[in-house]
Amino acid sequence: MRQTPLFEQHQALGGKIVDFAGWALPVQYSSQKQEHNIVREHVGIFDVSHMSPVDLTGPTVGDFLRRLLTNDVAKLSDGRALYTCMCQADGGVIDDLIVYRASADHFRLVLNAGTRDSDMAWIESQLAGVAGVELTTAFDGVLIAVQGPEAIALCEKIGLPTPEKRFSFLRDGDRWIARTGYTGEDGVEIMLGAEDGRQVWQQLIDAGAAPCGLGARDSLRLEAGMALYGNDLDREHTPIASGLAWVVDLKDPAREFIGRDVIEAAKADPQEHMVGVVLEAPGVLRGHLPLFHQNQQVGELTSGGYSVSTGRSIGLARVSTLADDYEVEIRTKRLPLRRVKYPFVSHSKATF
Amino acid sequence: MESPTDLRYAQSHEWALLDDDGNVLVGITEHAQSELGDVVFVETPEVDRTVAAQEACAVVESVKAASDLYAPVSGTIIEVNSDLADSPELINESPYERGWIFKISPDDESEIEELMTASEYDDFVEHGA
Repeated sequence: MRQTPLFEQHQALGGKIVDFAGWALPVQYSSQKQEHNIVREHVGIFDVSHMSPVDLTGPTVGDFLRRLLTNDVAKLSDGRALYTCMCQADGGVIDDLIVYRASADHFRLVLNAGTRDSDMAWIESQLAGVAGVELTTAFDGVLIAVQGPEAIALCEKIGLPTPEKRFSFLRDGDRWIARTGYTGEDGVEIMLGAEDGRQVWQQLIDAGAAPCGLGARDSLRLEAGMALYGNDLDREHTPIASGLAWVVDLKDPAREFIGRDVIEAAKADPQEHMVGVVLEAPGVLRGHLPLFHQNQQVGELTSGGYSVSTGRSIGLARVSTLADDYEVEIRTKRLPLRRVKYPFVSHSKATF
Repeated sequence: MESPTDLRYAQSHEWALLDDDGNVLVGITEHAQSELGDVVFVETPEVDRTVAAQEACAVVESVKAASDLYAPVSGTIIEVNSDLADSPELINESPYERGWIFKISPDDESEIEELMTASEYDDFVEHGA
């Protein structure tokens, strides 16, 4: 397993280490529930150094990214970022990512750890024959997510500058500090060098941040209704079938991004939908459980889990039929589900 | 880590206690609850169900995953811990006492002797089978 530059600090903090996409990362330090609650109520920090920033530079990089990504980087000004999918020609999602614009000839993508190698192969294949774009992949630094209602105040306390607006970022020396996250809370994600990262991690802890593991990261993102690649997103489904129509920008009819034809057709006549569901019985929803409507299987859960903030079991499901209620099969029992809007949680309260 | 010496242990990390009435109380070990993480739901077996030793008969769901529980001895389920319906976290907080899961009337009391002792179990956890 690969170790991030913070590995020794995780061990010293009592982190329970697991293999995540080939990386040795803490799933929790003490209790996933406590870590979850602390992010909803105060501030927690996550080591997300397994994610992979890559830089694209050159005079034609903007045009290249307008073809590569489903969302339109033409909307970005310097210091702004955008959530997007990267799709193959049949509309299947290769990865979901955030693209940052430092300047008109310098963009950064942050790739998922599990898809990094296939993403790189894809981007390189799309770069073949394209002049004026350079791909730089070297990054052996640290990514820290600082998340929670007290995240910005905590950063100020240790002298870290923070951008004012959501989905904007600033550069502080070698550091990139973005007002983004994967928890549904306010906060920043910081990219910085390895040694600097170790120091900032420790400063954040000393200033009162709780270290949080992958377990809380997953339960927080699910409550926020945020997709997880490999669960809710994959190459077999378009962004439309994954609840991400909002990151497909069709406004410019001349923009021929990869997968556009298929995705546009799927949007006009969707065969599958992503819905939020809440279990109306005791139990816990998990990914891949089958969903039924009027005794017909109409889909399956793509993610499911116990919502720490609400005490209920929630899930995302891909279905062929839109209905107000479904049933889920858990260990041969059929249990009732109610369809609800997601995010499931806002300001620590259920939205359903 | 030292497990309570008055209990017997299965390789699947259940503990079993033969009580004064000749019944066997079953739960999961400190090690098991620690590995599972925060428990959020327990599916207990039906009372009066007959179970064979090593038969899956309950499910403990934590925030992380679902985990089957196996009957450590053969017999009939005579009681389940009803407190777990509202307070599944008792399994984390008190795995050997308030977090017990079900009670079996065993077909053969001596079957419990086939399970590991505390020191055997501690060794098993530390070094594997």
